[in-house]
Amino acid sequence: MKVLVAIKRVVDPNVKVRVKADGSGVETANIKMAMNPFCEIAVEQAVRMKEAGTVTEIVVVSIGAPQCQETLRTALAMGADRAILVETGVEVQPLAVAKVLQAIVAKEAPGLVILGKQAVDDDCNQAGQMLAALLGWPQAAFVSKITLSGEHADVTREIDGGLEQLTVKLPAVMTADLRLNEPRYVTLPNIMKAKKKPLENVKPEALGVDIAPRLATLKVEEPPKRGAGVKLADVAELVNKLKNEAKVI
Amino acid sequence: MAILVVAEHDNKHLKPSVANTVAAATKLGGEISVLVAGSECGEAAAAAAKITGVAKVLVADAPHYAVPLAENMAALVVSIADRFTHILAPATGFGKNFMPRAAALLDVAQVSDISGIVSADTFVRPIYAGNVLATVQSKDRIKIITVRITAFDAAAGAAAAAAPLEKVAPVADSGLAQFKGHELTKLSRPELTAARVIVSGGRGMGSAENFKLLEALADKLGAAVGASRAAVDSGYVPNDYQVGQTGKIVAPELYIAVGISGAIQHLAGMKDSKVIVAINKDAEAPIFQVANYWLVEDLFKAVPELTAQL
Repeated sequence: MKVLVAIKRVVDPNVKVRVKADGSGVETANIKMAMNPFCEIAVEQAVRMKEAGTVTEIVVVSIGAPQCQETLRTALAMGADRAILVETGVEVQPLAVAKVLQAIVAKEAPGLVILGKQAVDDDCNQAGQMLAALLGWPQAAFVSKITLSGEHADVTREIDGGLEQLTVKLPAVMTADLRLNEPRYVTLPNIMKAKKKPLENVKPEALGVDIAPRLATLKVEEPPKRGAGVKLADVAELVNKLKNEAKVI
Repeated sequence: MAILVVAEHDNKHLKPSVANTVAAATKLGGEISVLVAGSECGEAAAAAAKITGVAKVLVADAPHYAVPLAENMAALVVSIADRFTHILAPATGFGKNFMPRAAALLDVAQVSDISGIVSADTFVRPIYAGNVLATVQSKDRIKIITVRITAFDAAAGAAAAAAPLEKVAPVADSGLAQFKGHELTKLSRPELTAARVIVSGGRGMGSAENFKLLEALADKLGAAVGASRAAVDSGYVPNDYQVGQTGKIVAPELYIAVGISGAIQHLAGMKDSKVIVAINKDAEAPIFQVANYWLVEDLFKAVPELTAQL
């Protein structure tokens, strides 16, 4: 079975982001970028399935600036077989991502699509579910376990208050949660090998997809800061403050 | 304006998220309908009819709505979407699952996890794990919105008269996915997202066994017990204890962080708490930057002392 994995290039989650002086967005120039952590988990899952013999080919897709090639190369170094960059300078919102991926799925005909559950930049948590809707496929969002069995997949999903088990028909779209796996580190020999793997470049127009943004960002700002707190001497003082100052107990 | 709130429930009881989502809908202004889709969900529907501000309850009762599968929920919402200008659901595991699916079927954008309402088409939402707030405007014909429930206080009191119920025709089961089972964590304490007080432990707790210290404190306070991702990843507690950007977003009156250093991803899940107390032996721990009160002390000494003095 062929698996398609969609990945996003984001500001490295360990970097503290800054709002641009004019409030138009977040400063991303000269900032360290990385593969979205949930997308790494999605790639890792596909690679493990291939190692287990249930998957024959892994295609990774990213949408965005030419620099997304670096992110795709990382996925190739992790074990993906080939990559597709859908190159655009436009801000690509989740519905547009889903439409682009729908067009790629039509060409590639994978048996399974895996995405990260959420990108840590815009925190939308939408693209996977939207793609499943456009394809008319079942979805398994926030999965922490996947077992493929012929025409079906048994999955465990993270829900509020615990876990849920579903059986979904294949083909399906799944989105990876934190506990699905722990992604591997890429090794130097694999980085060298990844440079020779195929990377195709396409434009959204060539796919016949309208990617114009639907939401306008009017401004971005930093949230209000919390006032400075007080360091207390001992537990007795803490109990006193909670009772008499904060009045929360 | 006509607003639909999709209710989260277990067929008998509404989840607290419904009242918060209705509160957000009230801020938009307009007639509010609540959709209760379930199986033998009459009790939940009756409860929804009593929420202040609700004008009508739409009930879709069918066996395949016993569990809210995304494929079926999205199709049902789409079947009645044309009656509404805004469709809201809580940004919990429930709403996050099917709302984007409904949005895509309607060919409209979703505005995720809103924490503020500027106008009928303009909303504030946290991005970058809550480190930045974005104000976004949607020009789509139907606004599909998920609501950060901690940002909207539930309307107090019940309505004077129950809102009328209206039956909605179910959409046929998609047959794409089948529910096989649940493993729900048994809770002897309040649920994290509904608790007035939360006691949370981090890697500093050292073991699952040591979480008993926090449970004793929580029992004294009538509090829920939470944890940082580090504590969950170390296997001290199950993953639904996790407070943080990728876990639960909470905003209780009192949040007591014990042995938690304060990684960005944890702070994102709790920094809107009204009062934050931090207990950590590391005087440089970042958690102190958001705490109202903090103690630089060994938690194994401070927590039993605190439990004893309450």
